[in-house]
Amino acid sequence: MISVLFFGRLRDLLKCERLELHHRDLTCLADVRAALVQREQSWEEFLQSKQTLGAVNQSMADEYTPVNDGDEVAFFPPVTGG
Amino acid sequence: MIRVCQEDFDVGALITELQSRDSSCGAVVSFVGLVRDINQGEAVSGLTLEHYPGMTQKSLEAICTRAKARFEVPHIDVVHRVGSLALNEQIVFVGVAARHREKAFLACEYVMDHLKSEAPFWKKEQRQEGELWLAQNDKDTLALARWGESE
Repeated sequence: MISVLFFGRLRDLLKCERLELHHRDLTCLADVRAALVQREQSWEEFLQSKQTLGAVNQSMADEYTPVNDGDEVAFFPPVTGG
Repeated sequence: MIRVCQEDFDVGALITELQSRDSSCGAVVSFVGLVRDINQGEAVSGLTLEHYPGMTQKSLEAICTRAKARFEVPHIDVVHRVGSLALNEQIVFVGVAARHREKAFLACEYVMDHLKSEAPFWKKEQRQEGELWLAQNDKDTLALARWGESE
């Protein structure tokens, strides 16, 4: 399984904080985005937006970053701390 | 030292500790970020800071490691608060101790510029019309360009 977390405005828009996905067929971050959209079509505009950043195992990731069973994937808007 | 916490911090104590850590350092530079009452022309009465607990510490450590190597500064401390903050409250502290001031100033700015673009914190402002998630500021994106990195 892969744990998927959402933060900030994105979490409010999706009305979802966390979910679990079967690892099967998911090899990289882009696959996780696609699987989420397939599961919930209305999430497409938010998840496929270039503004939505991704992390794998608590490190910034790009679309080609590999994902493996047991990994933690997170999606969030551009950061605004400081 | 990197710390992410809800409680307020004592800038004086943080600087005093940094000053006494290493007698080869002749300069300590620090920055404190505060909650401001106006943002993008709108009155703000407070804010909530959310973060990604597993990632914030890691991200801040990575930024400080890069800054230490690039500017050859031995000590960088960062304290960042999360949770509900009222006007004028302290949000973030960055303190740098270095042999000379030039690199201490540069390292301090480098850490703040990168913290604002990489560290997973999100601000929600309390405004008159309700709560609003902040969008990233163009000024912050531009500030990164001067460090000449392709990220």
